[in-house]
Amino acid sequence: MSIDISQFHQVFFEESFEGLDLMESALLGLSQGSDDPELIHLIFRAAHSIKGGSGTFGFTAIASFTHVMETLLDEMREGERSVSKPALTLLLQSGDVLRDMLEAARDGREFDPDRAATMQAQLEGLLDGEVGRSPVSSQTEADSRSAWRIQFRPYPDLLKTGNDPVRMFRELAALGEMTVEVDTSAVPRAEVYDAETCYLAWTITLSGDISREQIDEIFEWVDGDCDLVVEALGARQESPLPQSADTPKAPAAAPLAGGSDEDRRSGDDRRKTDRRTTAAADTSIRVSINKIDEIINMVGELVITQSMLGQFGTEVEEFDSGMIEKLRDGLSQLERNTRDLQESVMRIRMLPISFSFNRFPRLVHDLSAKLGKKIDLKISGESTELDKTVMEKIGDPLVHLVRNSLDHGIEMPDERAAKGKPETGVVHLNAYHQGGHIIIEISDDGGGLPTDKILSKARQRGLVGEGETLSHEETLQLIFEPGFSTAETVSDVSGRGVGMDVVRRNIKDLGGSIEVRSERDQGSKFTIRLPLTLAILDGQLLKVSDEIFIIPLVSIVESLQIDVNKVNAIAGSVEMYRLRDDYVPIVRLYELFDLQPSNTSLQDALLVIVEHDGRKVGILVDELLGQQQVVIKSLETNFRRVAGLSGATILGDGMVALILDVGGLISMSNRGPASQPPRNRERAA
Amino acid sequence: MATILAVDDSNSMRQMVSFTLKQAGHEVTEAADGAQALELAKKAKFSLVISDVNMPKMDGITLIKQLRTLPAYKFTPLLMLTTESSADKKQEGKSAGATGWIVKPFNPDQLLATVKRVLG
Repeated sequence: MSIDISQFHQVFFEESFEGLDLMESALLGLSQGSDDPELIHLIFRAAHSIKGGSGTFGFTAIASFTHVMETLLDEMREGERSVSKPALTLLLQSGDVLRDMLEAARDGREFDPDRAATMQAQLEGLLDGEVGRSPVSSQTEADSRSAWRIQFRPYPDLLKTGNDPVRMFRELAALGEMTVEVDTSAVPRAEVYDAETCYLAWTITLSGDISREQIDEIFEWVDGDCDLVVEALGARQESPLPQSADTPKAPAAAPLAGGSDEDRRSGDDRRKTDRRTTAAADTSIRVSINKIDEIINMVGELVITQSMLGQFGTEVEEFDSGMIEKLRDGLSQLERNTRDLQESVMRIRMLPISFSFNRFPRLVHDLSAKLGKKIDLKISGESTELDKTVMEKIGDPLVHLVRNSLDHGIEMPDERAAKGKPETGVVHLNAYHQGGHIIIEISDDGGGLPTDKILSKARQRGLVGEGETLSHEETLQLIFEPGFSTAETVSDVSGRGVGMDVVRRNIKDLGGSIEVRSERDQGSKFTIRLPLTLAILDGQLLKVSDEIFIIPLVSIVESLQIDVNKVNAIAGSVEMYRLRDDYVPIVRLYELFDLQPSNTSLQDALLVIVEHDGRKVGILVDELLGQQQVVIKSLETNFRRVAGLSGATILGDGMVALILDVGGLISMSNRGPASQPPRNRERAA
Repeated sequence: MATILAVDDSNSMRQMVSFTLKQAGHEVTEAADGAQALELAKKAKFSLVISDVNMPKMDGITLIKQLRTLPAYKFTPLLMLTTESSADKKQEGKSAGATGWIVKPFNPDQLLATVKRVLG
């Protein structure tokens, strides 16, 4: 039968990467002095599974690389080798190489064989050349004989291993012509006969083109449970080999996979290369059975509600008040079911943030060694769940912040000691839910942000005027300004000033925010606030002309009624509204989107002040409607990209409402009057 | 044809074993570790158990030992999935009561050939 095993590749890769992650965190645990024996077992199992899988699925290079790791781990597991720091470092590095090999295999790329070979040589060096011996038994000479005599005397307990002489004879018979003589001399009298014991012995003569190996293979499993003598008939070169319990295990090591399989496997390998690329393209997520069950449960409820409501359609001829009551109940139940179902479906995309946090122990381990600092990483709230897409996008900003903490935050051990702090600094990653948001905190007990340096740098750059004084909080905010870095020397650990502004922009793009708090010599804390999902947003519904638009609630600063005395027209066209000490441009949506205006006068009109990236505009609206959660539908996939809009949603009454892209609107309003169609201008005037 | 219990902590291995056996017309139940397998084996009678050796919670050797103590599994073929490097494990498995083993890496044909050998 031919079975295409490439269908299991994706699962294999997924679990291998998971295994590597586990392996890495366990290795880090060990290198921090943990002596939990389960850690070594866990690492061993991970390597072992990768090896077994890669061999089976035809990735022979990976299998042979992992084999060396496994051998080393096996010795550690058996207590034959101490778990030394260099060995752990080497295993960590091997894990990296292995990960790259797996990624290359998954993507159908070539992997640099030298890199694997170098790493493998180092591992083998550590093993003191103990693995020079190939694990595959050398007994591969196929000496075919025309006839064999086999004396087979099972021990009484042979049957209790699940082996059955009858099946073995059947296999032997398949090899060639067979005659069997049975020796019943050991069979006792019926009254003491035990049906579970084997009393028989056989002498078998087998003729045909049969190799010793083929016979050994059949008896392989009973080696040690019987007396076995296999003799070649008509040839004397080979002395009879008694195979009893005390024979060495050499023949047993002859694996099922012979030389010919090796060829077949490498053939498989070639064929598979073409398919891997497609397999890598679709990503998948693991969903716990509980979540699925929950959804199935809810769909069940939904079906019940549906059938209940369905009765009204088919059975009810006339509505009385009781019916209407029932109908209302049914509808509210439907609403609840739908909402629950939506939440559950959303939760499928939610993964624990540990997926993102897990890379940090290794990062901290490597970087603190490089920087010569002593740093403990504390992680909490790692089971807090977050949308997969958000998680993918928050990864880099998090790395950046942690790197900053390590590089700039935590001081050198002697410096810490001089300040009377413990030499080992602590970086703490924490996550928790708050409302519809996830809060991620990165805090350290380092030196804190040097506000004096920040301020002088900002003055240098002209970000802060000479005479201006800033509060502590305002000063801290400066680090998020573009092109701002206080690093005295540029290190390769944390960047060269392309840092915090990018971090903030990335977070804002996700609809989130970042805050910083810092105390001199006590440390800093960055707090990131992110929406749990990108598929739903809390929106403010508003009406302009006959259209309903939605503004993401997070972008709204305030809404106010216009005081016409505060409106100034600059250069005769752009209207500015004086908001306390600020001037914000007024955006008329009906101009931008070419709608029939229902109200053009600013007198007592409503203005919604929105902010993006520190810039504000006021959006002129006719009416503020309610706030609600809306499901975002992509305009690009359903229509095309439109400037000033980030998406659309469908309202309860089936109408489509457009979601405003606040960032886009602000830059549109900044482009000035030239970009606006003159026709609209006339109308506005 | 036969009801087989496939035990492996590696999802891909388990899927591959299970898929291959199902293709050959067998009825396959999967378990992710020894403990789970033992529970399943107590509830239903399988005509063959194929188990990995290295697994969390309960390893394959212990599983085989435990199974052999159950009257229903006294003579049932119990096969271990093992790697060629662990010759000691094979011995250990045999003394625990394993019928035989399948050496990793193996391909579906080898698996079926071996299964055929014990199911006769």
